[in-house]
Amino acid sequence: MSETGTPEPILRMTGITKRFPGVLANDRISLEVYEGEVLALLGENGAGKSTLMNVLCGLYRPDEGAIYVNGRPAEIHSPRDAYELGIGMVHQNFMLVETMTVAENVVLGLQGLAFRPDLAEVARRLQDISAHYGLEVDSDAYVWQLSVGEQQRVEILKLLYRGAEILILDEPTAVLTPQEVEDLVRILRRLISEGKAAIFITHKMNEVMMFSDRVTVLRQGQVTATLSTSETTPQELARLMVGREVLFRLEKEPCQPGVPVLEVEELEALNDKNLPALRGVSLTVRAGEIVGIAGVAGNGQRELAEVITGLRAATAGDVRVNQTCVIGCSPHEMITAGVGHIPEDRVGVGLVGSMSVSDNLALKGYRGPELSRGPVLVPSAIQSFARRLIDAFDIATPGPETQVKFLSGGNLQKTILARELTACGGLLVAVHPTRGLDVGATEAVRKLLLAQRDQGTAVLLISEDLDELLAVSDRVAVMFEGRVVDVVPATGADVAALGLMMAGGQPQAEGVVE
Amino acid sequence: MRVVIEKRQAVSQSARILVPLISFVLSLVFGAFLLFLSGVDPLVTYAAMAKGALGGRYALSETLVKAIPLMLTGLGVSIAFRMLFWNIGAEGQLAMGGVAATGVALFLAERMPSWSVLPAIILAGMLAGAVWGAIPALLRAYLKVNETITTLMMNYIAVLWVSHLYHIPWRDPQGYGFPGTAQFPTVAWLPRLFDRVHLGLVLAVVAAAVLWFVLQRTKWGFEIRITGENPRAARYIGIDIARNIVMVVLLSGALCGLAGACEVSGVMHRMQQGLTVGYGYTAIIVAWMSQLNPWGALLVAFLLAALLVGGDQIQLAMGLPAAMAFVLQGALLFPMLGGALFAEYRLRIIRTDSGGAATAPGIGMEEAR
Repeated sequence: MSETGTPEPILRMTGITKRFPGVLANDRISLEVYEGEVLALLGENGAGKSTLMNVLCGLYRPDEGAIYVNGRPAEIHSPRDAYELGIGMVHQNFMLVETMTVAENVVLGLQGLAFRPDLAEVARRLQDISAHYGLEVDSDAYVWQLSVGEQQRVEILKLLYRGAEILILDEPTAVLTPQEVEDLVRILRRLISEGKAAIFITHKMNEVMMFSDRVTVLRQGQVTATLSTSETTPQELARLMVGREVLFRLEKEPCQPGVPVLEVEELEALNDKNLPALRGVSLTVRAGEIVGIAGVAGNGQRELAEVITGLRAATAGDVRVNQTCVIGCSPHEMITAGVGHIPEDRVGVGLVGSMSVSDNLALKGYRGPELSRGPVLVPSAIQSFARRLIDAFDIATPGPETQVKFLSGGNLQKTILARELTACGGLLVAVHPTRGLDVGATEAVRKLLLAQRDQGTAVLLISEDLDELLAVSDRVAVMFEGRVVDVVPATGADVAALGLMMAGGQPQAEGVVE
Repeated sequence: MRVVIEKRQAVSQSARILVPLISFVLSLVFGAFLLFLSGVDPLVTYAAMAKGALGGRYALSETLVKAIPLMLTGLGVSIAFRMLFWNIGAEGQLAMGGVAATGVALFLAERMPSWSVLPAIILAGMLAGAVWGAIPALLRAYLKVNETITTLMMNYIAVLWVSHLYHIPWRDPQGYGFPGTAQFPTVAWLPRLFDRVHLGLVLAVVAAAVLWFVLQRTKWGFEIRITGENPRAARYIGIDIARNIVMVVLLSGALCGLAGACEVSGVMHRMQQGLTVGYGYTAIIVAWMSQLNPWGALLVAFLLAALLVGGDQIQLAMGLPAAMAFVLQGALLFPMLGGALFAEYRLRIIRTDSGGAATAPGIGMEEAR
């Protein structure tokens, strides 16, 4: 293979096929990674990106296909095998022990470790590595003290400490602020300049353009193209990824706001650490209107959603749903009051992974006369209810009895939406409803939210994606440090001014900025 | 060659059945080793145990008598475990059920219409077990007190109180100083189906059917399953978890209390030593081995009862300590807990050639199938 003039790929995967019950996740996928490059792996949710990378780092066994590292066939049965071949992965959900320090996390699981590891020595080596690559982390800090961006750096450090040559990053930017994304670009450039290689999993075209040298596009488990990044365009990538031209603009009817459905006045609440998270939030959402909440994560958005859905107690102020005060109501009473909720954490909160799709669709409706008679459930009614929703919301599942954890991210979210939109009685609280979803699923979710609005539902949309807020909402409220800084109409809103307010600027300064 | 552990894609269904079975066999192998060390032929001993527990009508009925309290407590423990409430207190709840049933039988039965005596005994037993379970349940639900500790501690209180009662205040004055209460009036005797097998067997089967129905077909059972699988989702969809914990543990305690009532009114006809012999602890093994399935609990309870009765038999027939049965019982749990691993993981053996390099991936793949 290496006799020709072309360089030997550091990693080659050929004909990788992986089947799950009812799903062909990877269909004869081949890809190559060369020294000193970033390969972007682009594809929608469920296209098979994560499966392929889990094969590469030893979490899954492929049904067919072979992997070659430095031209030699590799047998990868566990993450440890992968480490030994110099392959390491930074997962979307970090694999860190929060109650341990950075240095302890780095050596955790290393083989040939002394009974009492010399952590001072580890810390020194870590300092060398982090200084070399510009990965600043305090190696004595406990992981729980670190921001998400810093935790990601710890994950990368962990791989470098173990001598990884091929780094796999699974949607690394999903949790980062724009500044942290720039840091990550810089770190990656530095790494590959030393001959390391990286595989960058993403479904965002702009990240492909920003980070990668080459890009392999996956669709429905197959490779649709492998291109040089400099010779392609975001439009071409989008077409290859979804198989058609994507509508980046959303058609939207003008909003017809009705009576106020949600009224929040001077609301105050504490966060998980018992520190003030909401410091007097006032907000109104009317029937048939979508109000978006913009803000950098951690400025009270999550707590606001939790108070409105009854999951968190307010310490002061007033919340009214349909003119009824709901302060002190339990989550169940909020559901009865007509509040639907698309939670931030789909798998951890919104669904019961080990239960079937039909059970998950019935998670709220089971109390009602449609699915139960007195205290007894009616299985046939639950079945037909599930089939109806699976059809209506186009949920791709082998069947209603499939365990929900086997669905892809987009279909998990469709399952939640199907349930919440059906059960919702006037107010819908949607928290990051499209985060982590691919283009197709994002479009579907946004259309569903708009359709719900057009039917007269009041929608409170919390998102970190300013483009989404402007595309979907009718009005945008900016939150900063537990307060609503300003509420502006979405049409004609100035992105720069919104960004300034999200960073703590005053609304009065708007004119000055422009 | 080396062995690696890989995660399975889905929880293996066959492992769910095979793990308890193989665990049972492994515990017998371990026991055989112990028997061998004690200088007896393990096969002869096991044959004697099997004959003593299952060979013939008398043996079978004795096994069923012991299976009844294991079934009821096993069901009780299972339903609590479903809600992730680690009820180690079945023994105490059984004891309190026995106390309440005894109280009704000794002091009230003769003043009650005879048709109402047995229902009163059964209800009193269930109520007492439920109340005894309610204390740790309330502490856990509303004050987050660890229930493993509280339920365990309350066992000691209940067991010692039972002992105190039949030794001193409730001791039969005509009993020649023998520790135990007076015999119950016959209206307070649970009817027998055949030999010593009493109505408790029917109650246990009914309880299993009810539990199965509740879990699979009712709103409340749906909530219990959701809470057990994902407590955060349960809270999000508006399930009152604290209230459900209390309700489930009331049911759990009631079943264990029922076991106690059946023991005094169906088997002993008095309260004496022998009420608290560890059924409530064996119930934990029943729950675990049956994987919290009500029908499975009945089956496993019968198996473990056979082990206990067989153990008694080898004491008589071969002069071995009856504790051998408890050793086997304990030995069951280790492979069970270890074996749970194989429901989610599988072992693979990887052959490497003499040069130490891995074989071609294709071959490894063949082995995987």
